Amino acid sequence: MTSPKLIQGYEVVIGFETHTQLQTNSKIFSRASTAFGAEPNTQACAVDLALPGTLPVMNREAVQCAIKLGLALGSHIAPRSVFARKNYFYPDLPKGYQISQFEIPVVQGGEVSFFVGDQKKTVRLVRAHLEEDAGKSVHEGLHGHSGIDLNRAGTPLLEIVTEPDMGSSDEAVAYAKELHKIVTWIGICDGNMQEGSFRCDANVSVRKPGQPLGTRREIKNLNSFRFMQQAIDFEIRWQIEQIEDGHAIQQATVLFDPDTGETRAMRTKEDSADYRYFPDPDLPPLCISEQWVEQTRALMPELPRKMAERFVADYGLPEYDATTLTHSPAMGAYFEAAAKASGQPKLASNWVMGEFSRRMNAEELSIDQAVKKIRSSDLAVIIKQIVDGQISSSGAKTLFAHVWERGLQFIAPEGIGSVIDDLGLRQMNDTGALEKIVDEVIAANPDNVAQFKAGKDKAFNALVGQVMKASKGKANPAQVNELLKARLA
Amino acid sequence: MTQPLHDLTVAELATRLKARDVSAEEVARHFLARSQTAADLGAYLAMDEEATLAQARAADALLAAGNAPALAGVPIAHKDIFVTRDFATTAGSKMLADYRSPFDATVVRRLGVGAPGQTGGAGMVTLGKLNCDEFAMGSANENSAYGVVKNPWDTARVPGGSSGGSAAAVAARLTPAATGTDTGGSIRQPASFCGITGIKPTYGRASRYGMVAFASSLDQAGPMARTAEDCALLLSAMCGPDLDRDSTSLDVPAEDFTRGLSGDLTGLRIGLPTEFFGDGLDADVRAAIDAALAELRQLGATVVDISLPRTRLAIPVYYVLAAAEASSNLSRFDGVKFGFRAPDYTDLEDMYKKTRSQGFGDEVQRRIMTGTYVLSHGYYDAYYLQAQKVRRLIAQDFQQAFTQCDVIAGPVAPSVAWGLGAHGDDPLADYLADIYTLPASLAGLPGMSVPAGFGAAGMPVGLQLIGNYLQEGRLLNVAHRLQQATDWHQRKPNGI
Repeated sequence: MTSPKLIQGYEVVIGFETHTQLQTNSKIFSRASTAFGAEPNTQACAVDLALPGTLPVMNREAVQCAIKLGLALGSHIAPRSVFARKNYFYPDLPKGYQISQFEIPVVQGGEVSFFVGDQKKTVRLVRAHLEEDAGKSVHEGLHGHSGIDLNRAGTPLLEIVTEPDMGSSDEAVAYAKELHKIVTWIGICDGNMQEGSFRCDANVSVRKPGQPLGTRREIKNLNSFRFMQQAIDFEIRWQIEQIEDGHAIQQATVLFDPDTGETRAMRTKEDSADYRYFPDPDLPPLCISEQWVEQTRALMPELPRKMAERFVADYGLPEYDATTLTHSPAMGAYFEAAAKASGQPKLASNWVMGEFSRRMNAEELSIDQAVKKIRSSDLAVIIKQIVDGQISSSGAKTLFAHVWERGLQFIAPEGIGSVIDDLGLRQMNDTGALEKIVDEVIAANPDNVAQFKAGKDKAFNALVGQVMKASKGKANPAQVNELLKARLA
Repeated sequence: MTQPLHDLTVAELATRLKARDVSAEEVARHFLARSQTAADLGAYLAMDEEATLAQARAADALLAAGNAPALAGVPIAHKDIFVTRDFATTAGSKMLADYRSPFDATVVRRLGVGAPGQTGGAGMVTLGKLNCDEFAMGSANENSAYGVVKNPWDTARVPGGSSGGSAAAVAARLTPAATGTDTGGSIRQPASFCGITGIKPTYGRASRYGMVAFASSLDQAGPMARTAEDCALLLSAMCGPDLDRDSTSLDVPAEDFTRGLSGDLTGLRIGLPTEFFGDGLDADVRAAIDAALAELRQLGATVVDISLPRTRLAIPVYYVLAAAEASSNLSRFDGVKFGFRAPDYTDLEDMYKKTRSQGFGDEVQRRIMTGTYVLSHGYYDAYYLQAQKVRRLIAQDFQQAFTQCDVIAGPVAPSVAWGLGAHGDDPLADYLADIYTLPASLAGLPGMSVPAGFGAAGMPVGLQLIGNYLQEGRLLNVAHRLQQATDWHQRKPNGI
């Protein structure tokens, strides 16, 4: 655990509730489709509309998603969990209650570990429970009336609740990013924050060190990491100011307004509802057999943290590289293939994190699109050319760009040499020619030679630069170093 | 001598239809005409001659094709708590006036002939929808928004509730059979009051899909007819797993309940719960029950005294749990999406309040209020949770009793049908009348009412039979043997 960072003498305490929309084909209790963006009320069946006589039937796929999350986070997967009704009236809630889990959730405990800078941080989970989403109210284009779109009603959600283990907005955002990575990694959520597939509520409070927990305010529906950071920072400053001004914090639910960068209260605890939870008599307890858990475990991909640890152990990568490369399963797999094919893991790591990522981001490509631009085997070929001294690092960048644009698969493998020649990138490995250039540079720069001999290293670098320039960048810098040192010794 | 069609049982009608002595359309027309003359009973709510005749012609086509299902062409009417595509469904409430369901309840589908493009079931023809207490809440059928139903034996008396329309229609020969639902006794008690036979199967045996929900953990569909044999025929068609639509449906295959009807009763142990024969029981009801038990002894059964010590607690437990579930189940009737909406309101909150105040009747509002209260923060443990615990104990009492006997017998209700309006503004009087039916409901056990004689003023009395889980066949066997030995079930109300 990192020691808490104090802000104006206050300790910050943050807990998270994250609603992840599960990637199932049909809704959690009906057979209607969950696809996003359809015409209003075209993806709501009699069950979603709560027509008289309809009953919920559990979607096995949604349960499978919950088991996967539990396995990914080291949680206890309850062999028997219970669905409850959360009763309240709202026009977009067709039954007048939401089916959720209350006392006995399906996923219990577990943790999420991640790095904030180079500090390892672990956040404990309280639970993750299955529930259905509500519909939404539509106010635009209805001539002063309100409409209800129930396409989203019954969409399966897994609500993931943490202990109040985060001590800063940086930690909170890092947690949210890590969780986002995990749920998309294991394929239970598409992670689309704009469409609301992954939305967070942050519970924020502040206290003087050693004091009991302060009163928390809950920031609802944070749907971008940037807003998350802004909202939490604003909320922390606001709460500290209130306390410093002698005001007590009222428990409240607040919304973040991205236009003003401020949070404002939706409702206070005084008017908080009594949801009258009770076990849903339409749904028997959810029973998950040990066998089902084990079958699911066999389907699980290697998780990002495990993969990162393996990259450190197997390829000697720094922790930073390993974490960056395990941003997605595709990225990790791409690196690993390039590392194996080239036999140069660190170089492969540098290239994937560097040139590859830079171009992918600049062109706004997905990893799947980017790996088609330059296959891992192509990258390995380029890396080998560097190691073999055929091209310099800067020459390799030019070659990389060339392959990215055209695709190496269109060039015969043995033809890489001719591409290097065509592009004029081949390093000068002819010692005789290089010696000649070195001699010429020494002759032409007596001042630098004198300074070097007087002990100034900078002068040596200037000489190297001159040689490189004279060779039009094709000299092997290591060789230049060696030759210069020998001549000036 | 040919009997009029309306005096035939389901079994007899099925035979005549199969033999092509009569067409399904003729039978349907006969019952439709007959129900016109009995409109003052208040049994039927929705009728649609065209829809009924279309179904009858479909049944005739099946019969003509020679591979018709068991009950093809036999008429039936459904309690208005089952949703139907061909007829409006109101659940006895103003809240659902003119409501049309886009689908048929599973029970309706399984019994029915099947709409075009829809798979049918037993091939029965729907005559219409039958009056019931609003959302099945009541013990006298006096809580329907569409008026009371009268008891055919004495039209100044109630038919019992909440399947009062079903019981009255069968007793008055307006239909050979009807569906009912039983939450706390709503098949057994009206069957008893109207002198017909009705069975509530084990909870989960018949699908709840398409039943307008009252109390989900108790609601159960069952048949109401004049004989045990007819109930067996109907029950065989109604039951069976419906796991894709109803998660509480039992994964137990449907069985042919007619097969064991004539089984020998020698050695059968009938348990009489002491608690069912105490002070609250009217003497004339007791006398009729005793006479029926004497018949069963004649048939070889033995009688043993047993105890169901928590019977007394069934009433408070039921009225806590049923109300709690109802308060939640009925929250979908908010005026937003379907059904009644108050005509004038100022804002959303006001719309909810006025819609629900104007759309629900007094008894429904009373139970919603009770249910909301017992689930509220701070009261949940004291009422709801406590009631759940006692419910489990009540079920244990039965399991203990079934170590001493095979079937439990007793009265259905403490009295015969009372006068219309007799309980006036005293809902507790209605609640107390459920004392003998509630325990089996809470335990989820099958129970039935069989005509067992007549009490004061010639009103029918039913014998209640309660079986262990999935023992419907045994109950029907006892009832059938009793009906072979007696003629109580064949008596007709005056003028019918």
